Amino acid sequence: MKTKFTKSILLSLFIVFSIFTISGCSDDRPTINIYNWGDYIDPEVLDIFEEEYNVKVVYDTFATNEDLYVKIKQGGSSYDVIFPSDYMIERMIKENLIQKIDINKIQNIENVDERFMNLDYDPDNQYSVPYMWGTVGIIYNKNLVNRPLTKWADLWDEEFKGEIIMLNSQRDTLAVALKKLHYSMNTRNIDELEEAKNELIKQRPLVYAYQGDEIKDSIISEEAAIGVVWSGDAVAMMRENPNLVYVLPEEGTNLWFDAMVIPKDAKNVELAHEFINFMLRPDIAAKNAEYIGYSSPLPKAIELLSDELKNNKVAYPDFSELENTEIFKDPSDMLQEYDRIWTEIFSSM
Amino acid sequence: MKLNKHGYFYLVWMAIFIAIPLLMVVYFAFTTGDSQSISSFSFSLENFKRFFTPMYLEVLNKSIQLALISTIICLLLGYPVAYIISKEKIQYRNVLILLFVIPMWMNFLLRTYAWLTLLGKNGIINFFITRLGFKPLDLLYNDLAVLLGMVYNFLPFMVLPIFSVLTKMDNSLIEASWDLGANKFKTFMKVTFPLSLPGVISGITMVFIPAVSTFVISSLLGGNKTYLIGNLIEQQFRYTGDWHFGSAMSIILMVFILISMALTSKFDKGKEGDGGGLW
Amino acid sequence: MVRKNISRIYTALIFIFLYTPIVVLIVFSFNNSKSRGNWDGFTIKWYIQLFSNKEILRSLYYTLIIAIVSSLFSTIMGTFAAIGIYDMRGFTKKFALNLNYLPVLNPDIVTAVSFMVLFKMAKLELGIVTIILAHITFCTPYVILSVLPKLKQMNKHLAEAALDLGATPFYAIRKVIIPQIMPGIVTGALLAFTLSIDDFVISFFTAGKGVSNLSIMIYSMARRGINPVINALSTLMFLTLMVLLLIIYKRSNKEEAQTIEN
Repeated sequence: MKTKFTKSILLSLFIVFSIFTISGCSDDRPTINIYNWGDYIDPEVLDIFEEEYNVKVVYDTFATNEDLYVKIKQGGSSYDVIFPSDYMIERMIKENLIQKIDINKIQNIENVDERFMNLDYDPDNQYSVPYMWGTVGIIYNKNLVNRPLTKWADLWDEEFKGEIIMLNSQRDTLAVALKKLHYSMNTRNIDELEEAKNELIKQRPLVYAYQGDEIKDSIISEEAAIGVVWSGDAVAMMRENPNLVYVLPEEGTNLWFDAMVIPKDAKNVELAHEFINFMLRPDIAAKNAEYIGYSSPLPKAIELLSDELKNNKVAYPDFSELENTEIFKDPSDMLQEYDRIWTEIFSSM
Repeated sequence: MKLNKHGYFYLVWMAIFIAIPLLMVVYFAFTTGDSQSISSFSFSLENFKRFFTPMYLEVLNKSIQLALISTIICLLLGYPVAYIISKEKIQYRNVLILLFVIPMWMNFLLRTYAWLTLLGKNGIINFFITRLGFKPLDLLYNDLAVLLGMVYNFLPFMVLPIFSVLTKMDNSLIEASWDLGANKFKTFMKVTFPLSLPGVISGITMVFIPAVSTFVISSLLGGNKTYLIGNLIEQQFRYTGDWHFGSAMSIILMVFILISMALTSKFDKGKEGDGGGLW
Repeated sequence: MVRKNISRIYTALIFIFLYTPIVVLIVFSFNNSKSRGNWDGFTIKWYIQLFSNKEILRSLYYTLIIAIVSSLFSTIMGTFAAIGIYDMRGFTKKFALNLNYLPVLNPDIVTAVSFMVLFKMAKLELGIVTIILAHITFCTPYVILSVLPKLKQMNKHLAEAALDLGATPFYAIRKVIIPQIMPGIVTGALLAFTLSIDDFVISFFTAGKGVSNLSIMIYSMARRGINPVINALSTLMFLTLMVLLLIIYKRSNKEEAQTIEN
């Protein structure tokens, strides 16, 4: 009796399993493998691509540039299109992990705003095509903070003890401290980094938490009043909570780009080009930017956006506001130094 | 019996998937160079030297403290429950003990996220506290929250082995103790508890190890303000990309755990050198 | 009586502690707002969205496949290995047991990293195969550890008698040993399944292109905010497994009662 019952369980499991397997591989269309940040594309855009090009999209997500780097560097996963940020693109070019893009196959590249082309991380845009861009700034809740915040130094104000959320990212948080001290966020000067470290140690008792993306929930639900966030997130957060204000600190801030690139070991290079070109189509780019709330580098796409988003100064600031910004450079040879400093901040009791 | 040959397939399997990979980690720990190209490696003790400085030792110390405290709390909370349940009628106690396993089917990350909703400044607990007219408490992003997360996630690992030993216990010994005039308390201290020690030790092992090496709990519930050895290791593999230093720390953590487990099992006299039963 | 009540209350408190976060998750899967903290009215829209969210359904599919295949395989391998180890002597036995303990005692991050190094050196393409291999490897020791105690309690003479009477070892295992250690095997299988479903660290380091289980997806989703669809899915999975378990439990209780009657 007992064994019979066990057998029937095993059998049913086997049936479930085989149904899954059969339904899983009944597809022989050409496949494109895409690796992107979590929740960073409108799924409908992928459906449209599948339909128009009669291909199958396999879509995976990662959480940080470094996760992406480890996956690509260790090889064996052969993605066709990936979405690294500026400094990571620089590093991947240096380490020969991505291949040149055949610009003739990307006619829609002409849609990209000149300002976002030929930047330092990829001087002639031989390897990358911009996907989204943005800034880093302070977001605060005007009901919980009694004065307007304007600068990074405000994050060191005793008055906001237990209300501040910093980013749990070595690079971004050190950049905040460096900017507060009016140094370059790409500094290679150990003394300046040490100074920044001391600033962060001083700030630690005031900080409510160091978070990754949980920061969005914490600020929306008024768990804390002040946070450091990316502009695209700020747009999404302000939709949810109208009391929030986003400012670009006076001392200057970070300007960042996420771009589409093709890894060296891509299996379907042809299709990768078609996909990149597809993503630069104004109607598609607009649909996508509307969904995720980040800033598109395509003027023609911006025109198609809803008025609410188009006129949003957080997502699409006047370019004059962006003069005092810096783009991250590849820090790979400084990583051990960053790591030591970061550990010292958190092991100092 | 001639059944031992069935074990050898497994031994080969373990050699390939456990022994060889671990040896590779050891190899990484004792070398430096570009993590990605084996040919550039050179022998070095640098990684270990780097770890044995006050900064990193402080992190290790903190991890051990928190893990020890959470293990003790788990034992104090878990033993009575295991004891009470083991005294229930068979049909109830199996259900009750299953209730300890079931929460694990809700994804670990989600369960921990749920605590954020409970403990937050505007969270559910503070909602009730303020309703009662008190000031809201700072419950989240401190060491207490990390401890709570550890106890919450690992308590079942303490209860299950203790329960399993208690139910297998020979009741005639306890009856004998009563017959000899010992009261309930004395019987428990002199008979039941010593006999349940193997379960207690399994429990301590099963709680202490994940607690000392966690990085998710300290990151989510500690707001990354509490830095543990697990966070350090994760940092090396995921952000800094220094696999050599990361491997060295893994080896140190592993050796530390193996030594402390060897010491703990010294207390476990009932063990016949066969590893005992965890469940 | 007082003592009985105290222990009842105590047990109840422990269960409240264990289940509160789960209740919160289930309740918030009906929350209208996308944000974790705010309650904004009742909705079932996340449940509806779930069935059109390909990404989530695909990772559910992989979670289940990985858990089923690896728990099946590790239960079979673990049972035979436990029988083998049980019958080993001296140094070999000690060696096998200690080797078996290594993955249990090792912090999972170390195990995960060592798998990653191994697969990379072996030039295996990371994907469903590598993740299943890794899961089998870290689940099997737990199966062995739940089967071994049952083997020790087993009546050894029965198997010996069967062998003396000319049964092949395989026949003896199937007809004499396995029925006696069945509870241990079931516990082991359940444990393997649970560990596989709940694992994040090892899956994360051994998964490759196109393969991500729920843990990996939740983790990368956290970057842009957890989609409440995940809460809805977990609620459904949780309830399904609970019902399944209740059925199994009812069945086995009935069978137990029957065997006692017979």
